[in-house]
Formats: sequence, structure tokens, C-alpha cells
Amino acid sequence: MSSRARAAHRSRYLPLHTAAVFAFLYLPIATLIIYSFNGEGVGGFPPRHFTLNWYRILFQDEAIWAAVYNSLLVAAFAVVIALTFGIPAALALDRANFPGKAFFRRLVLLPLILPGIITGLSLLMLVNLLQVKLSLITIILGHGTALISVATTEVFAGLQKLDRAQEEASLDLGANYWQTFWRITLPNLKLAIIGAALLIFTLSMDEIAVSFFLIGRDNTLPLEIWGRLRRGITPEINAVSTIIFAFSLVAIVVWYRLRIRAQGHLEIAAELVEKG
Amino acid sequence: MTNPPTPPLLSIRNAAKRFGKTEVLRDVSLDIAQGEFLTILGESGSGKTTLLRIIAGFEQASSGELWMAGERLDPLPPYRRPVNTVFQQYALFPHLTVEANIRYGLNIAGVGRAEAASRVQQALEMVKMTVHAKKKPSQISGGQQQRIALARALVNRPKLLLLDEPLSALDANLRRQMQLELKSLQREVGIAFVFITHDQEEAMVMSDRIALLKGGHLEQVATPREIYARPATTYVAQFIGHTNLLRATVERGIARCGPLTWPVQLADGPATFSLRPENIRLANFAPGDHAVRFRARVKTQAFHGATEILQLETTDGLALAVRLAGGTTPQSELELQFSPADAIPVREEAA
Amino acid sequence: MFSRAYRAAVTVPPLAWVVAFLLVPYLLLFAYSFWAVEQGNIVHSWNLHNYADLLAKDVYRATLFRSMWIAARVTLFALLLGYPLAYFLSFYAGKRKDLFYQLVIIPLWVSYLVRAYAWKTILGTDGVLNTMLQYVHLTQHPVESLLYSPFAVVLTLTHIYTPFVILPIYASMEHIPRNLVEASQDLGASPTQTFWRVIFPLSAPGMIAGATFAFVLSLGDFLAPLLLGGPSGIMISNIVVSLFGAAYNWPLGAAVSLCMLVLVVSLLFVAERLEKKWSYT
Repeated sequence: MSSRARAAHRSRYLPLHTAAVFAFLYLPIATLIIYSFNGEGVGGFPPRHFTLNWYRILFQDEAIWAAVYNSLLVAAFAVVIALTFGIPAALALDRANFPGKAFFRRLVLLPLILPGIITGLSLLMLVNLLQVKLSLITIILGHGTALISVATTEVFAGLQKLDRAQEEASLDLGANYWQTFWRITLPNLKLAIIGAALLIFTLSMDEIAVSFFLIGRDNTLPLEIWGRLRRGITPEINAVSTIIFAFSLVAIVVWYRLRIRAQGHLEIAAELVEKG
Repeated sequence: MTNPPTPPLLSIRNAAKRFGKTEVLRDVSLDIAQGEFLTILGESGSGKTTLLRIIAGFEQASSGELWMAGERLDPLPPYRRPVNTVFQQYALFPHLTVEANIRYGLNIAGVGRAEAASRVQQALEMVKMTVHAKKKPSQISGGQQQRIALARALVNRPKLLLLDEPLSALDANLRRQMQLELKSLQREVGIAFVFITHDQEEAMVMSDRIALLKGGHLEQVATPREIYARPATTYVAQFIGHTNLLRATVERGIARCGPLTWPVQLADGPATFSLRPENIRLANFAPGDHAVRFRARVKTQAFHGATEILQLETTDGLALAVRLAGGTTPQSELELQFSPADAIPVREEAA
Repeated sequence: MFSRAYRAAVTVPPLAWVVAFLLVPYLLLFAYSFWAVEQGNIVHSWNLHNYADLLAKDVYRATLFRSMWIAARVTLFALLLGYPLAYFLSFYAGKRKDLFYQLVIIPLWVSYLVRAYAWKTILGTDGVLNTMLQYVHLTQHPVESLLYSPFAVVLTLTHIYTPFVILPIYASMEHIPRNLVEASQDLGASPTQTFWRVIFPLSAPGMIAGATFAFVLSLGDFLAPLLLGGPSGIMISNIVVSLFGAAYNWPLGAAVSLCMLVLVVSLLFVAERLEKKWSYT
């Protein structure tokens, strides 16, 4: 369509609708951020008395920082577990045939779509059966296992873009499978793997439903916040939310850049859809 | 011609198209007659697809006008133009059956159910696809999809049918077969076709007239015979078939190129001539002709079935290609001749 | 091209892990749902009491239906908000496509908790919305019913899951060859006719996928109801949580969960069928 023809057809409603939906998506977050600087607390309009007090209180809040530390620890180990099993799972789905492969694929991807509490309480039953004490380790187990799905989809997408002839050339030139994997396959998947790691890390930092059942004595950050929310709300929570938002924003933008470099175009949604 | 000239079906007047700073079409003027098969021939990047899209309405010319039956066509959106297109990749609707694809335009136009059904039926018969009516496009072959795309366009009885390299996705054999079918189909329906291709042989086989585009500019518009026999420029001469370009100097009515000299009616100065390989023959020394005779060394001889193509070199290094009847005995040197009338003066291209 | 050893090496470890930590737990869930609690102890006596309970007590059925009704509204609103945006993004955003796309994915990965909490601060009795309404003198007293109602849950979940709906619809629209749009116009269809006859049917797989996401994810949600729902906004997951917590009836909780699981998996199955049926690539 030429630009002139397109302009004539384009409805005036669509841009307005788009702007309204973006407002709906962003205004609550903006409100949250604004009120983290509000001297008079969470409510009240208009916001007045700009203050950094809530951030000062937040930085002195030891429970929050302990929770942050726990969350970082959990997220780091969750990344390791999810990648350790997610990368081979993607390779298996791409290039191996075995009985039950279709079932395996569905099973791996199930936590992506299944309500988190089902995965969480199922694991709780296993942990209970094995008489393991609930701790950060059980949360790591839960996050790592549930997020294999993310590692698998991301790496599988990377594999789809990989030219199989490169690996064949490597084998032809005398490299064995192991050497080919390290020298050709893995470097080609680098961006997909970094992207997956980032995504898993972010999702784990934010996870509640699975953690809810597997939590021991030590809180993760979302559960710490959750516990406080149930007691009442303070602008300190706005402050910590603002910081979380800033970190997720950075993570997303980095992930998106990697994605564009790895894929050249926007396919993430298509893979998320790829349940079957 | 005894009939008074009929007004053209479509008149393209001084069309130009720029995308940003790139000039894709420059000053293209072209008339398309009722019922003719016109081919727009050009290499990729020549602007032929852009010209087609301007006629269809998917692009607007940066300047110039389109006229059809006394009315401006260019202000109309594509869906108001009495023009239909056969797309390069067919663009069949994947969610509709073959039949529903063909019926699409009729439904939009509000053609009654009974009439639409019978026209779809006719269209299916015309392209011999009746048995595939209920299938989805993904279930039929490329050649079959091509026929459906044709039927889908023709069923609307457009005044003009545009075909954007519709045969380029087919393999060579099917392609030759479809060329003939398409040609006879066009005769049958009597609708003007504007056919786009980069294949000069295809253009020669199918067209009533060929419009040769180069770099967004029309080089020559003529019948296949004329464009072959009387190419206007060195580019046309080389693009359509094979030729020898003789870069000669004219002095007092005599053209001279290497060892060759022949009489011409041109002003003095440099001139370029196109001499087709088949117009060079073995010398027969028949008395009374004005043939130009010369001797040349045979460098290579390639067998092409009915003919053979020989690459020659004259004593002072002039290279020439010659097409002779098949079965010529290999020889190292030949005595040859051509008629001065076959050396066609052509315009030299600006580089 | 890959050797047997290679294939085994990439298949066995993830398979073993997933079986041990996903399949076995899901099977345990299945088993638990047939067990019972006696005097605070879980006894492995196989029976159907839990399911009989589920059928007999109105509270489970009512909560399940309420959850489905909330999820259905969320799905509908997310589609109504998301579809036109995806259409605009895919067909008319021009050079800003990339920017708009990022604007869609950012909320997707921004903490769920942060967004649910944001709504709590907005909708509360002394929240931003109420004080603003009073500030501009639209109301004299706080509107009490904003927070702690199914409305608040639906609003928040719509906010959270709209990006999930936009992305697959957008992806399916990006896969529509643009020459189909031209072909449709060439055959006389106006842009509106082209939308309904070509673009809409070809984006159906994306709509199915998006709607499935929104429905399934909001159906199983348990934070938004606790945070914003109040007693009238309780959903099925909240029942599961309380059965596993205070009520300490794991077998019954497992039975409720299993019902959810079966519901979700069969929805996915149907959605997958529909997507396959309506995708023509």
C-alpha cells in the first residue's frame, strides 16, 4: 500500500485506542513511582511534599535486604538449573527422537501455562514425601524446574535459526560431536542462552506462586513484600517496587536487544504460543 | 489499417516514481490497447513491478497521470479500479477454498448467488481446475495455484489484467506449457493483459507488443518481430536475443569496422550496428548481390541442435558470433558474408 | 546426522530431571486427591470422598464458577483492549513499530506483585483514585466499592494479562503475507471488508492463543483476589491455598487442584486443536 492510500484508510480510532491501552498499562506503574516520593504517604491527591525519606527507610530495612540477598541467590541457582537441563532439552527436542517425545515437550512447557500454585504444591508433596526440610534450596528446586520451560523455548528458538550445515561442516572437517558442540553449536546459541538466563533471572526474582509453598524460614523478596502488604501498605513498598521496576526495565531492554540481534525480528510471542 | 484507430484502453502519461531520492520510474508514457497482450520486460530493478503496482493502485506515481476510458484512474484506490492482478506468489487466501477464493471478488461486488456460482464454475472450467474446487490452496501444486490465481482475477471480468511474473515460480517445462496456455486464454477472453517478466524469450513468445524498461525508462515499445529486427538501442539489441555489435566509423556513405566495409545512408562519424549471428552466412559468391564478404578464423564451435554457434575472429582481431545450420563441418577458417541491410544502426547507450 | 550417544546425552538428563521433579509431583497430586485426612494425619486409603465432597459442597462449585466468570471477563476485556492495539501495531505503526512492541513487552516482565500492588494503592478507600475524585469534586465521599470487589480483581488481572493477549495476536498478524491484503483490495474489497474477510480470520490462531493465556492464567490467580478481591472476590486458588494451609486438608486441596489441572489441560488441548485448524501457514 502506498503511504497516501494507507493514510486514507487508516481509522482515526486505532491510534486513540492504542494510546488509551498504553495509558492503562503504564499509568498505574507511573502512579506507584510518583507516590514513592510522596511525603504524605501512599494515597492522597495530588501528591505533595517530595521526599526521599521512603528510600532512606528502605535502605535501612534489614529484612528487605536479607530478602533481596535470598532472591538473588535463588535466581542465580535457578538460572544454573534451568539452563543445565533446558539447553539439552532443547537439543533433544530439536534433534532426537524417542518414545514419549511429544509428552516430554508438553510436560517441560506445562509450568509456563499452568497456574503456579499447582506446580508449587505438587513439589511440596514430593519434598514432604522425601522428608526434606523447606528452605531456600527447595525454592531453588522449584524455580529451576519450572523455568526449564523458559530455557527450552528460548534455546529451541535459537536452534531453529542455526544453520545445520555449519555443524555438518564441522563434523566433516574432523571435529567430533563434543568438539562440534563446544566450537559451533554453543557459540551460535550464545545470544539465545544469555537472553534465556536474563529472562529466567527476572522471572525468578518475581516468582510468588511456587515459592509460596516451598518457602522455609528465609523469605525471598516478593514474599517479604507480600507479607508486609497483608499487614498494610506503606510508601516504603512503593520505593522498593520502583527499584524493582527499574531493574526489570534494564533487564528487559537488554534482553530485547539480544533478541533482536539473535533473531532479527520479533518472534517471542510465536514461541510462547508454541505449546504443542 | 482500414479501421479508424480505437482509443487506448489505458493511457499512462509521463509517469514518474521516486522512493526518497531513488528514481524508480522516469517519464514513462505508454498506451495499452483493447484486447492486446502487452509485456513489460526488464531486468530486476528496472521498475517494471513498480509500474504494475501503479496501474493496480498499490503505489501512487510521484507525477504523471493514468487515464482509462476518458477518466482519471490514479485517484482511485485499488478496490475501485476495474483492474485485477495475478500476483507473483499468487496470494491465494489460505483460509478459503479454491472455490471461495475465486468467488471472493464476486461476493464483494454483490453479484447474486446463482450468477456467482455459475461464473465460478465457468472460471474453474476455463483453467481446468473443477475437480480441485473444494481444496485449500495449500493442498494443490504451484502450477495449480497459478491457475486459480488467474481464475480468481478473470472471473471479475476486469478491463485489464495485470500479471506480475506469474510464471517465475514454475519449473521450466511447466513454464513453457503455461506460456502457451496463457496466450491462448488471453485470445479466448479478449481482455487486455499486461504481463511482467524479466525473461526475454517469454516476452517474445507471448506478447503482441513488448515494452522494454531499463533503469525506469522505456527503451522501446514494439512488436516482438520489430523489436528483434529493428532494436532501437544497443541495450535492446543485446537484451533481446544475441547480436554482434559493430562499432564502425562512417565516412562518405561507407561504414568501416575492422576489415569490414559496407554502404550506409548515415552522416559521417562513429556509428554502432547490430548484426544478428544468423544474418552472417557462409559465402556463396552468388553474382549480383551486394554482400559484404570476409574471412575469419574459427575459435570455438558449439552445437545447439538445429544450429551451431561459432565464435570467430577476423585477421585484425574483430570478434564475431555466427549462427549456422547444424551439422556444419568443423573448419579452422571460413569465408563468410552478410547483407548490408542486416546491419541495423542502433543508438549507443549512455553508460 | 547425530549419533546415538549424542542423542542420549541430550535426552536423558533433562528427561530424568523433569520426570523426577515435574511428572512425579503431578502424579503425587493425583494420588493425594484419592487419600484422606484422619485426626490430622494423611492416610493412604484410596477413596473418592474428596471428589464427593467437591460435588456436594456448593462453596467449591460456586468458587470455581466465579473464578471462571472472572477469568472469562478478564479474557474478554483483554481481547477488546489488545486486539485493536495488535492490529494497529502490525499494520499501521510504521517506523514506531519497534518502540511500541517494547512498550508491550515491558509490562509483561515487570513484576506481577508491583503491578497488583499499584492497583491496590489506586483503588483503596483513601487511594489515589478516590482522593482524586474528591479533589476535583466529582464525589463527596470515597467510593467504597472500588477495592475488595470482583471488579478490582477483573481490572487488575486485565491490566496484567492484556500484554499476554497482544503478543500472540500481533505475531499471527505479522505472519499474514502482505500481498493477501493487496490481493483482497485488488479484488474490490475495501479496507474494512479486507479486515473482516482476510485479516480477522487469519489472526484467529493468535486470538485463541492469547485468550487461552489470559483465561488460564487469571483462572489460577491467587494473589490478586487476596490483595484486592475481598470476600466476594475469592477464587479457586485461594481455596487450594487455604486447604493446604490453615485447613490442613491436603487430599481435598489436591482434588481441587487436580480439577483445575484437568480443566486447564483440556482447555489447552482444545485451544491447540483450534489453532491448528485455523492456521494455514
